[in-house]
Amino acid sequence: MSQTTPFAASEPATTRIGRRFAELRRAGELGLVAYLTAGDPSLAASREIVLAAAQAGADVVELGVPFSDPIADGPVIQRASERALRAGTTLSDVLELVADLRRASQVPLVLFSYFNPILQMGLENFARRAAEAGADGVLVTDLTPEEAGEYRRILRGAGLDTIFLAAPTTPEERIERIAQASSGFLYLISRTGVTGQRDRLPEDLGALVERARRATALPLAVGFGIARPEHVRALVGQVDAAVVGSALVAEAARAASSADAAQAVAALILSLKSAGGRSAHP
Amino acid sequence: MSAAGQLWPDATGRFGPYGGRYVPETLMAPLEELERGFAAARADAAFARRLDDLLHNFAGRPTPLQLAERLTAKLGGPRIYLKREDLLHTGAHKINNCLGQGLLAERMGKRRIIAETGAGQHGVATATVAARLGLECVVYMGTEDMERQRLNVSRMRLLGAEVVGVDAGSRTLKDAISEAMRDWVTNVRTTYYLLGSALGPHPYPLMVREFHKVIGIEARDQILRAEGRLPDLLVACVGGGSNAIGLFHAFIGDSTVRLLGVEAGGRGHALGEHAARLAGAAGYEGARPGVLHGAFTYILQTAEGQISTTHSVSAGLDYAAVGPEHAWLSGEGRAEYTAADDDAAIDAARTLARTEGIIPALESAHALAELIRRAPAMPREQVVILNLSGRGDKDMDILARYL
Repeated sequence: MSQTTPFAASEPATTRIGRRFAELRRAGELGLVAYLTAGDPSLAASREIVLAAAQAGADVVELGVPFSDPIADGPVIQRASERALRAGTTLSDVLELVADLRRASQVPLVLFSYFNPILQMGLENFARRAAEAGADGVLVTDLTPEEAGEYRRILRGAGLDTIFLAAPTTPEERIERIAQASSGFLYLISRTGVTGQRDRLPEDLGALVERARRATALPLAVGFGIARPEHVRALVGQVDAAVVGSALVAEAARAASSADAAQAVAALILSLKSAGGRSAHP
Repeated sequence: MSAAGQLWPDATGRFGPYGGRYVPETLMAPLEELERGFAAARADAAFARRLDDLLHNFAGRPTPLQLAERLTAKLGGPRIYLKREDLLHTGAHKINNCLGQGLLAERMGKRRIIAETGAGQHGVATATVAARLGLECVVYMGTEDMERQRLNVSRMRLLGAEVVGVDAGSRTLKDAISEAMRDWVTNVRTTYYLLGSALGPHPYPLMVREFHKVIGIEARDQILRAEGRLPDLLVACVGGGSNAIGLFHAFIGDSTVRLLGVEAGGRGHALGEHAARLAGAAGYEGARPGVLHGAFTYILQTAEGQISTTHSVSAGLDYAAVGPEHAWLSGEGRAEYTAADDDAAIDAARTLARTEGIIPALESAHALAELIRRAPAMPREQVVILNLSGRGDKDMDILARYL
């Protein structure tokens, strides 16, 4: 792992995300990025669950903005989106949740969204409000660097990290372009497919990680299908962080109350985090 | 006219501001592969010969351009010609695109085809082409649409396709497209996504138009022979907009030919009660530019950017977004878009059945409804071509309720 390589020149380097990854690299520890759908089943429950996740050792929290047509998501996150939308959750609500969380925690926060809700709020308006609320970065599932010129300019201008994804189908020269458009970290999609838990990591993941390592010095986070401690253990020393989503969302959905959900999510994060080299934040 | 100046999308797949490629990263390299595959097929004379042969000997092209004498007399307005796409194999224009893309899939070495379907016409056409070419076929269909288009579900299964019901969201076309995209993102290395309308990420809107433009090329030639001049007006229904763009395309440079697209007015003007994306001037609420299923276009949505449910008696028009080239033709003022409601479409289907002996698909009946409304006020010396994009056999369960 190239721990001494500085971040790309375009990197703001000042967000909580960049600082957290720098700390993880110094400690030689695998980070854990926790995805949770905001507003599932309510904003108050989300607040409780996210704070518990941060307390349990999540290094970055991705807050999913619910969307009516989540084409990149498997059934677990689709259902979570539906629950959040039924509860009336809007992007504005999610930004208020960010502000609320920020008053209670310094955990790095990434907004994880489909493009249309952001587009309808207006890029300038969204970027300003997200930055004011205390978000650190934004990841848009259906936005690639080709369509993201204005988006990047406006979000970077507001001091937000723009996180893009690379997939197993992405050729190396394209990974370079994606990495150049990215700041904070580069998200590697472990497999072709939608989000969701799987039994094992794909065999060709190593090849994707190698291509990404050659293409960029940005921190790498691997997601899609990461659900178990043994998955996390296998990633130690390979990448900077594991992203866990559907497994956490499913834990929360099974719980009878938001307190139970927070506890169940925290317990899974503790076990995943200890597989990555450390039990919890001091 | 600037609309005639941009018949091809720009390098980013845009018609004016509309179109583009808004997809998960996993699909970007496959879309580039598809774009290259399509360009190579277009340049390949053998591909063109094979497609022409199948269109002629398998699908039944060219389709007639029929003067609708009794309908013309009844309405007392312009001479009305029907472009008889309903006579094609499988019963609608959809087979044009399915043959083109099916051959492309074969040429690209993909042995598994997936598709979405609303009314079932695209699903049937895809299953038919897959059977003809010996390819595996999976069709995604909303469970609400499966219920109202049961005959087409049986046809697809008889043809050997697997029909997968989609029980999410509104359980209609929108949800079927989402599920097909999820399949594609998962099986992208082996699978060809045969998208059925002039929608989705580049190059689909372009490709679908190119495979349907034969409709307008034939019609232009046929009307010149029949009337010795160009028509005054073209009318077609617009769901995603494939039959409309197929008819319009050959006439876009002819500034005297007016283009009219008819969307689904459903049962009311409020958001959720209709599927009119470009007919805002007619009072239909809720359409604004946005991103759905890979393209920037007009979309029925809430103020917060959630995609709205839609309603139409016609499953093939019941969709929240419109093809990006139509959004652009509308913005340029080159084409006009309006809507006809459920009741008008049912009435129009009955009228055509009784004046011309043709039972139209409920989709095509929307175009007919608007023409029936306008024709009496139009000069008799004018000439209109209506795209009769499909036949109504599949809609008999619904039509029978109104007998």
